[in-house]
Amino acid sequence: MDVLRIATAGSVDDGKSTLIGRLLFETQSVTQDKLEAIDAASRRRGLDFRDLSLLTDGLIAEREQGITIDVAHVFFHTARRKYIIADTPGHFEYTRNMVTGASKAEVSIILVDARNGLLEQTHRHYYIAAMLRIPVVIVCVNKMDLVGYSQARFDEIVAQFQRATENIRPEGQRIHFVPMSSLLGENVVGGSENMPWYDGPSVLDLMEACDAQYDAVLPARLQVQTVIRPRTTELHDYRAVAGRIASGRFAVGDEVVVLPGGQLSRIAAMTRAGEPVDSALAGASVAAQLADDIDIPRGAMLAKPAEAPSPKKEMRARICWFDQRPMNPNGVYFLQHGSHRVKAKTLGIHLVVDVVTLAETPNPPHLLLNEIGEASFKLAAPVMADAYADNPANGSFILIDEWTNNTVGVGLVMA
Amino acid sequence: MSFFADALVDEAIFILRETAAQFERPAILFSGGKDSIVVTHLAVKAFAPAKPPFPLLHIDTGHNFPETLVFRDALVKSLGLNLVARYVQDSINAGRVKEETGKYASRNVLQTVTLLDAIDELKLDACIGGARRDEEKARAKERIFSVRDEFGQWDAQRQRPEVFDILNGRIAHGQNVRVFPISNWTELDVWRFIRANNLALPSLYFSHQRPVFNRDGLVWPDSAFINKTPDEQVYTAQVRFRTVGDMTCTAAVPSAAATLDTVIGEIERAEISERGARIDDKRSESAMETRKKEGYF
Repeated sequence: MDVLRIATAGSVDDGKSTLIGRLLFETQSVTQDKLEAIDAASRRRGLDFRDLSLLTDGLIAEREQGITIDVAHVFFHTARRKYIIADTPGHFEYTRNMVTGASKAEVSIILVDARNGLLEQTHRHYYIAAMLRIPVVIVCVNKMDLVGYSQARFDEIVAQFQRATENIRPEGQRIHFVPMSSLLGENVVGGSENMPWYDGPSVLDLMEACDAQYDAVLPARLQVQTVIRPRTTELHDYRAVAGRIASGRFAVGDEVVVLPGGQLSRIAAMTRAGEPVDSALAGASVAAQLADDIDIPRGAMLAKPAEAPSPKKEMRARICWFDQRPMNPNGVYFLQHGSHRVKAKTLGIHLVVDVVTLAETPNPPHLLLNEIGEASFKLAAPVMADAYADNPANGSFILIDEWTNNTVGVGLVMA
Repeated sequence: MSFFADALVDEAIFILRETAAQFERPAILFSGGKDSIVVTHLAVKAFAPAKPPFPLLHIDTGHNFPETLVFRDALVKSLGLNLVARYVQDSINAGRVKEETGKYASRNVLQTVTLLDAIDELKLDACIGGARRDEEKARAKERIFSVRDEFGQWDAQRQRPEVFDILNGRIAHGQNVRVFPISNWTELDVWRFIRANNLALPSLYFSHQRPVFNRDGLVWPDSAFINKTPDEQVYTAQVRFRTVGDMTCTAAVPSAAATLDTVIGEIERAEISERGARIDDKRSESAMETRKKEGYF
């Protein structure tokens, strides 16, 4: 059984929480006591139907404002796999949460209200799905019941979406469109009698059909988190580098290069969750014993000599800014790539993008909360990152404010 | 749908290794419940063949099920771990907290103070817990590394964004972090992991005969720590527990499931959610969120 991570995004009131509630309900993931609780809450609100959106709208502040605020995580199983949904907010002040929720996702679900068509928010959501190169995008054209189940309206929205996104769509990304009603459960899990003109898959069908993404064809990368040394009499000389394989595959016997030092060695033995294994793929947390006694600090990287990344002392990256205090074009931040944290001096902010019109403004004075732009950095120590477009799992970093310790931005490596 | 997602173990081990590397004095918050038992076993796997670089910290309410303590001591011994216990009774004796009175008296809320005092005394900068996002609505928004201020408070509106799988554990003096390695597990994932790894659990989790009484539609375990009203009649029933907190806040469910397979079968068909049997959550619709803001687990 595998795990599929999905990010959902939509605008206020476009039925996103209802869609998630509907998926939970229809896959029998809601227990009787929770259903009774939302029935009671629905009645308190004067509703004459079961408001499934109440399954996920949780915090006190949300109950006051009636909107979703933060990234919430929702889980359910089907016979096929486990799903983790990161439900990200719809209103623009919280774009950073949308990036946060979408950063781990293999599928992005974007909701469009059939009455309103594409809104500013839709452009923003898709821009993020494109920027993060999420492999599968499902555009749910919701509330079809409120436009008389009109095929013409659906086709119009599909065409509008295609036109608006064609210039930023990453190669290989698959986009699906589903006409649906989350409130009435049409084309969410089953089909819809009211839309005989649509014979495509339902939302859940599309989710179930997604293949888990394995990075076996990408170059092998393992970043060292910690070194395991038991220091006991029986295991006096035991030493293993522990970390998660970011991409590719490592096997016992593989020649490896340790970066940034460039020492060569060989994997003599490997364990996963404490058990010996012959090989492991991207995602696996392993501990590898090397044939040679090399001093390997946290943050070092194991790669194959023929496909090793070049350690970078400078880099250019796309940045999404998360903090109230703007990004300073000369600022010094901690840059954390995986588990490797170095100081980084900003060499300049080259441009800021309007994610709705796609217009670029060169040399902005700073980058504001929720803005996306491009910047360059000089690094205090080499970082073994790939370009995000070549290898997403080894191509991102966060920026940390050295005084507040807050995570103030995320970066996608360009070069 | 019987086998277990290895990806969840890889993620938990990644988080535990980040915790060991980014903090100076981490500890596992150990309650004797199945989630903290699973976290303990994951820590063993993450650092094998070395021992996990964390002690277990047990905040002992004094109202434990006796089975929990027996199990705890056996587990610590068999894995060769360090256990540190701190007692709510000591906080009461020192006047730090006041014992609740009345029908619903419990030490569940009081233990927050004992925990915060222990964090302070032991200078812990990271406390690893077994909380899961599927348990409760407030927990669905919790981070993997969740920063707490000096008062142990959780501010849901001002959490650090967690992007990709990069974990930022930088904190100021006086702050500490709660770490949740099994955030993305469900109750069923926990049970499937226990079965796949053949882990021992306290006998409370399996069907047994026990003196109980009914209150508020739930089956409560009878104990000297609970103030019963005269009309609350004790009887013997065949029950098990889905969660194990202290005796004053954990309700039993009628069950004949005496093995891992039958327990898992029961959960797959369950009509009542796991925390539905937690009396402490029933105090109000937002009980968990309120307690979390004050530094609860």
